[in-house]
Amino acid sequence: MSGKAAFIYSDDYQTYKFKKGHPFNQYRLKITLDLLKKSKAITDQDILSPRFATDEEIGLIHDNRYIEAVKKAGYGKLSEDEAEKFGLGTEDTPIFSNMHEASSLIVGGTLTAVEAVMSGQYAHALNLGGGLHHSFRGRASGFCIYNDCAIAIQYIRKNYQAKVLYIDTDAHHGDGVQLAFYDDSYVCTLSIHETGRYLFPGTGTIYERGHGEGYGYSFNIPLDAFTEDESFLDCYKQSLTKIIEYFKPDVIVTQNGADAHYYDPLTHLSASMQIYREIPKLAHELAHQYCNGRWIGLGGGGYDIWRVVPRAWSLLWMEMSGQDLPIGPLPEEWRERWQKESPVALPYTWEDPDDMFEPIPRKKEIEEKNLLTLQRALQILQQS
Amino acid sequence: MNDLIDCGLETGLCTNCIHKGGFELLVNEMMNKNVVTLKPTDTIGKAIQLFREKNIRHLPVINEDDHCIGIISDRDIRSAVPSSLLQFEEMSKVLNQTVDTIMVKDVITVHPLDFFEEAAVLFNQYRIGCLPVESENKLVGIITQTDIIQTFITLTGTDQPGSQIEVRLHNQTGQLAELTRLISNENINILSVLIYPDQIHPNDNIIVLRLSTINPLPVIKSLENHGVEVIFPKLKEYPI
Repeated sequence: MSGKAAFIYSDDYQTYKFKKGHPFNQYRLKITLDLLKKSKAITDQDILSPRFATDEEIGLIHDNRYIEAVKKAGYGKLSEDEAEKFGLGTEDTPIFSNMHEASSLIVGGTLTAVEAVMSGQYAHALNLGGGLHHSFRGRASGFCIYNDCAIAIQYIRKNYQAKVLYIDTDAHHGDGVQLAFYDDSYVCTLSIHETGRYLFPGTGTIYERGHGEGYGYSFNIPLDAFTEDESFLDCYKQSLTKIIEYFKPDVIVTQNGADAHYYDPLTHLSASMQIYREIPKLAHELAHQYCNGRWIGLGGGGYDIWRVVPRAWSLLWMEMSGQDLPIGPLPEEWRERWQKESPVALPYTWEDPDDMFEPIPRKKEIEEKNLLTLQRALQILQQS
Repeated sequence: MNDLIDCGLETGLCTNCIHKGGFELLVNEMMNKNVVTLKPTDTIGKAIQLFREKNIRHLPVINEDDHCIGIISDRDIRSAVPSSLLQFEEMSKVLNQTVDTIMVKDVITVHPLDFFEEAAVLFNQYRIGCLPVESENKLVGIITQTDIIQTFITLTGTDQPGSQIEVRLHNQTGQLAELTRLISNENINILSVLIYPDQIHPNDNIIVLRLSTINPLPVIKSLENHGVEVIFPKLKEYPI
């Protein structure tokens, strides 16, 4: 199992910056890349620069009026009333200067990853700057301006006519992507997330299965709050292996949000670094088994940018590029470089300690509930 | 009466009809106006066909004045057609029977201006699955339990992207106002507010809020700083 992998990156990704103190912080990309470099897990030859996406490409998913509004907002020319209609200028997606350009670079990076893979030059490609799965046709939502995941999938559909399996392991439901392909039977979406009972956006129930032609091509596994590694991975592995066998995609797009971790400030799952070893491992294996390797990986959520994201996304790249996943101590130089900036103590090892949190008394119940959810979500596969 | 129900103008444009206030939780707002109906002389066979074709579970039976004189459900059909092992002749006898022989005749109906809550109570009280809506003795719509649930979903705000928080407040004048003021200070829009009595602390209420944000932490922090008890989610370390 091998294949060349591309890492899409530019320092200009830092221009996607809402405001100081905002939880969505692309600074995490710098900290991650530095961890990869200090671990000698990446070379300059692995890195491809992102291009800008054209308006036409963004228009594959988004309404032109919305694109115009984002442009105007970024040049300080959109009124408050107008902005509100498009979900702009809120606490989640505040307006910042040149926001259209910053967002098109992220979309362009994801399209660079798509082209790298679909041209056959690379087996896999990773754009950690992307994965902005919440935005809708005409509305920004949940830190996301342009939905690079959906644009990439539509771009693949249009230019390569390939069947796409989208796998979303962000702790939040991948609502924008699900909705974009809700009635499409050539795009299958699977989202595993914390239940929307408390967590944004609130959707992602097992009963959201698609519509019309697309019925049976949207899958959701909403997990209970405080779900731990074992149950998370059990749901992930069972659902993914069964769905991929049923759908038989030509290419896999994964959204690898790293916010299901216990430390993540915005969510309430209790996963450890273990899931960020296992999630890409299975995706990688199945990409080779079903798709001749074709696998495009994207970033997403991840709001503990110090203790969680750099390790999780480094492991993702190492898996994708066919390296052995490290165990034990993190490079000392990396800790030294970043500890002085970090408001929390950086971890010492690639794994989390066994006693990261107090045992959760409801563990058994949560596991049982998740298993039932999984079975119900997959019921439709047994019927077909 | 009828022009009071539907003047044809868009919501908000008319000052005389029910449209003046928009979503008022009236039966009129939630009912299905394209009702599939039967005549009393239609056959059970036709009813079965309609249930299958339209994927519905209830069929009102109307007379020549559009008045609802009966209703049949897919369950009534199942008890009227006892076994698929019947001989062909007996089976076709049943299928050719008219629907007025098996329909329920004492139909409970509601009026378009009845309130959502009243209709919801009827579903429970009479253990029924659907309510025909009549105005001036003519069938104008139908509501089912699904419509009640859909309305409830709209009430809870879960049809829009948001996060949910639960807080405990004293059952006292001004408490809710203070709560919403603190949220407004954080520039966060509220999608819905539900209040229910606290089962454990009799002098308190539980307030369930849906907030139009992916990041409720600044709100939670502010509430806690002002002494409001946030039940869930609890504030976590925030290394941003």
